Amino acid sequence: MTSSAPNNLKSKLARANRRKQFLAASLVAPLAVFLLVAFFFPLGKMLFLSVENTDVQRHMPQTSEAITTWDGQGIPDETVYAALVDDLRIGSENRTIALAATSLNHEIAGFRSLVMSAARRSDDLTPPFQQSLIDHNAKWGEHETWVGFQRAAAPYTLRYLLASVDLKRDVDGEIQKVPESRRVYISYLKRTLWICFVVTALCLALGFPMSYLIANASPRARSILFILVLLPFWTSLLVRTTAWVILLQSTGIVNSMLMWVGLTDGPIQLIFNRFGVYVSMVHILLPFMILPIYSVMRSIPKNHLHASASLGARPFATFRYVYLPRALPGVTAGCMLVSVLALGFYITPALVGGAGDQMLSFLIAEFTIRTANWHMAAALALLLLLTIIVVFSITSRLIRPSRGNRS
Amino acid sequence: MALPSHATASQRISYVLVRIVAGFGFVFLIAPILAIIPISFSSGSFLSYPLPGFSLKWYEAVLTPYPWLSSLRNSLIIGSATMVIATILGTMAAVGLQNLRFKYKALLTALLVSPLAVPVVVSGVALYFFFASVGLLGTFAGMILAHTVLATPFVVITVSVTLQGFDPTLVQAALSLGANRFEAFRSVTLPIIMPGVVSGAIFAFITSFDEIVVALFIAAPSQFTLPRQLFAGVRDKLDPSIVAVAVLLLVVSTLLILVLELLRWRTERLTSQKR
Repeated sequence: MTSSAPNNLKSKLARANRRKQFLAASLVAPLAVFLLVAFFFPLGKMLFLSVENTDVQRHMPQTSEAITTWDGQGIPDETVYAALVDDLRIGSENRTIALAATSLNHEIAGFRSLVMSAARRSDDLTPPFQQSLIDHNAKWGEHETWVGFQRAAAPYTLRYLLASVDLKRDVDGEIQKVPESRRVYISYLKRTLWICFVVTALCLALGFPMSYLIANASPRARSILFILVLLPFWTSLLVRTTAWVILLQSTGIVNSMLMWVGLTDGPIQLIFNRFGVYVSMVHILLPFMILPIYSVMRSIPKNHLHASASLGARPFATFRYVYLPRALPGVTAGCMLVSVLALGFYITPALVGGAGDQMLSFLIAEFTIRTANWHMAAALALLLLLTIIVVFSITSRLIRPSRGNRS
Repeated sequence: MALPSHATASQRISYVLVRIVAGFGFVFLIAPILAIIPISFSSGSFLSYPLPGFSLKWYEAVLTPYPWLSSLRNSLIIGSATMVIATILGTMAAVGLQNLRFKYKALLTALLVSPLAVPVVVSGVALYFFFASVGLLGTFAGMILAHTVLATPFVVITVSVTLQGFDPTLVQAALSLGANRFEAFRSVTLPIIMPGVVSGAIFAFITSFDEIVVALFIAAPSQFTLPRQLFAGVRDKLDPSIVAVAVLLLVVSTLLILVLELLRWRTERLTSQKR
């Protein structure tokens, strides 16, 4: 009895704890399951599209099956050619061959017309099919054609991921840059990074003194200045972008003010160019820089600065060695927030930018809605996510206060 | 923060410089928003000053059944449904997370708020593909689901923050007085964390009410929300009625901030009284 009572209590406690844990887990579960189904699954499935490659397999199943046994030397044997003719006949009957041909064309330019013309003549071809196909078009006898086909028929491909950074594989499987005239996507990546950098730098240049002013203002002035930051912060991105469209138009307020002051005779182009993008993006992201810097600056004790000054440090030295290191975590947080948000911008550049000011998000949207190339959209989405991760880890390291340096 | 009389020249220069740059920054932040408001009351159709006269005709033009009132109705339907679902899911999860002892709790929390870190275009495209395969494109259910994904993290965060100041012994007291867990939650925990729940609900509503990217991907014209209609307006025909809509949206978000600030003020007062 004496020994069982505490044990009994212990097991009761353990049971109560288990019940509490079970309850807690079942409270978290609905959201976890919801996000799993409605966010992580769609996201994963979409990103998977960037390497998925089923068009050729689905629409030319026999050839795709037969080509897997080809050793990659010379050209395949008759069984592959026979399978090809079968696929071409079935495909042109079902009208699905064009889908496979388009996908093959991604791998090797000119493949589409090669397949389509063979499909049209597929009923005239007679065994041995190897010879009659080569007679129809000598390309069917070339090693490169079949290397390309084998790659296009594989279930996974790096084609879209490589294309998203303007790379491709040549016949020997070596990765190389696409010809200069066809490089498109890398310029979007560079532009996205550049716009992100400029916007972050401008936000820091404006946001740091603004936060300083708020942090050191009297309580009354502080709450007024705070409202000036919070009101735009809470206004929808679209409304603020709309405001800039209205302000920056050639007949807009900014232009008429410039003309009234006499700075210019005619309207200046302020919108649908990079200037408009920078101005409106800085306007939208500035509060994200101010809020973290301000909250850190508020916590810097004034007597540290007085101590530094009374020890003979000049104002600049006090700022450089006492104030700045203490404010740096806020600066880092602000830069991280602004740069990560800036990388994903879509609506603002789409409304106030020109054709040469669009960012990666724009390409993703275009490939999704307009050209319906979902594989490319997925590859670029993955590129954007990776870019964000890289930029995030760089900014978090770059301006981390280096401890021990000054102690 | 006036300068002391013994300030050096360089101190004076930097003092003035900081004020000039910061002053420019504050004007830059607020002026564009204030500048467009009068245009919505213009009697002309130009989007610039000086205004030819005062009129409410653009607001009259906006308060017509199609397209603005119908898109307002869509926004309200989608926004309130999102708010209800997100608040329930998010509050439950936040309370659960508070009590959960789990090795990977930090990771779990990060995953539950991760929709905030993914660019909306990427989430939008993912949902577009997913909804296309399950037939939810161009439906109210699809819009509500998508907005709930984006809005719930805000509820999880606001409620979690409120729970950090919550004393768990109060629940134990309620339990020892004979309440069951649900009663204890309803009559002790919930009233105390209510400001956090309401803030979360407001955040969730604003997220949906202001959302445009997902709407661009998955809303058909019959689900066009106010921002979606505004986007089309900015692209196609820019007249003061667009400005009037923008001003109305501005008023809605300003009112909601006031509520949020009031809640924050109330919580701060209550917690400072406790100490």
